[in-house]
Amino acid sequence: MSGHTQHHIVPLRHYIGVFVALIVLTAATYLTALIDMGPLNTPVAMAIAIVKALLVILIFMHVKYSNRLIQTMVIASALWLMIMFGFAGGDYLTRGWISG
Amino acid sequence: MSDQAHAVPGGVRLAHHFDDLEQQHESAQLGMWAFMLTEIMFFGGLFLCYIVYRNLYPEAWQLASHQLNVLMGGVNTAVLICSSLTMALAIRTAQTGGGRIPQIGWLALTLLFGTAFLVIKTFEYKEKFEHGLIPGPSFIDPSGHAAAVFGAEVRHARIFFSLYFIMTGLHAFHMIVGIGMMFWTMRCSWKGYYTASNYDGLEMFGLYWHFVDIVWIFLFPLLYLLGAHATGGGGHH
Repeated sequence: MSGHTQHHIVPLRHYIGVFVALIVLTAATYLTALIDMGPLNTPVAMAIAIVKALLVILIFMHVKYSNRLIQTMVIASALWLMIMFGFAGGDYLTRGWISG
Repeated sequence: MSDQAHAVPGGVRLAHHFDDLEQQHESAQLGMWAFMLTEIMFFGGLFLCYIVYRNLYPEAWQLASHQLNVLMGGVNTAVLICSSLTMALAIRTAQTGGGRIPQIGWLALTLLFGTAFLVIKTFEYKEKFEHGLIPGPSFIDPSGHAAAVFGAEVRHARIFFSLYFIMTGLHAFHMIVGIGMMFWTMRCSWKGYYTASNYDGLEMFGLYWHFVDIVWIFLFPLLYLLGAHATGGGGHH
């Protein structure tokens, strides 16, 4: 409870590493989009995008080093988004099942 | 102005309603993430709209996506990643007690990348205007460019372009707001407000900047790359 706070300082090489990974993954997104994998096209693109987003959130946004409250908030954000996608998607994607 | 009244340039600032700087810092972080949760849900609604219509009109989506400039979209993705790195380094400079000159240097570089993104985006929009790919009555004009490109799918392609302009436009608006806040942050940095013991304002602005980058990370593959594997034009399903 001192007046002076000491936050985690991310080593420079970690920032550079994340930057390189983000550029490489962007290239990977483009290259995998050139291949027609049928129903896997979008899941592969989204998997790469999620990895990129996690790198930004955990390292650039320091969530890896934040307290549990902030980490809970971040997980809640994803959860709330999934609730919206899940319920609305469940409605729209199953409408064709009802005939007449 | 009252907010700045108790700000001591180069010193420690603790608002009277907090016990210590750590509590003040955690409150700022929590508030910023609460705001970003609402932003995630805000953009989420548009992504949901995208999913629903893409599921209804997959062929139109692929044809329309193929009309976007993958090179410009890809370069812009890289530009935003560069800006995120320089933003993170601006905060690191404050954390390690680097002076205001290196802080402003990294912020200026971030500003440069952010502006470059918007300039490229402007050229992209201009190209779409010239090709008549602006959603509106003219889009479905049988003698127009869009009708020639999309044929029977022209009305569905128009929905894709509506979403393209709303989603990228809203993202660009966030970039413009970010650039406005960048000038404010640079001003505070110049006045020496961000020190190793308190750089909350700079860190919260960084969180916003990274959030806007993340939105683009999802927009790029979902909007630009759907038709990439069908380079000859004409989707195959």
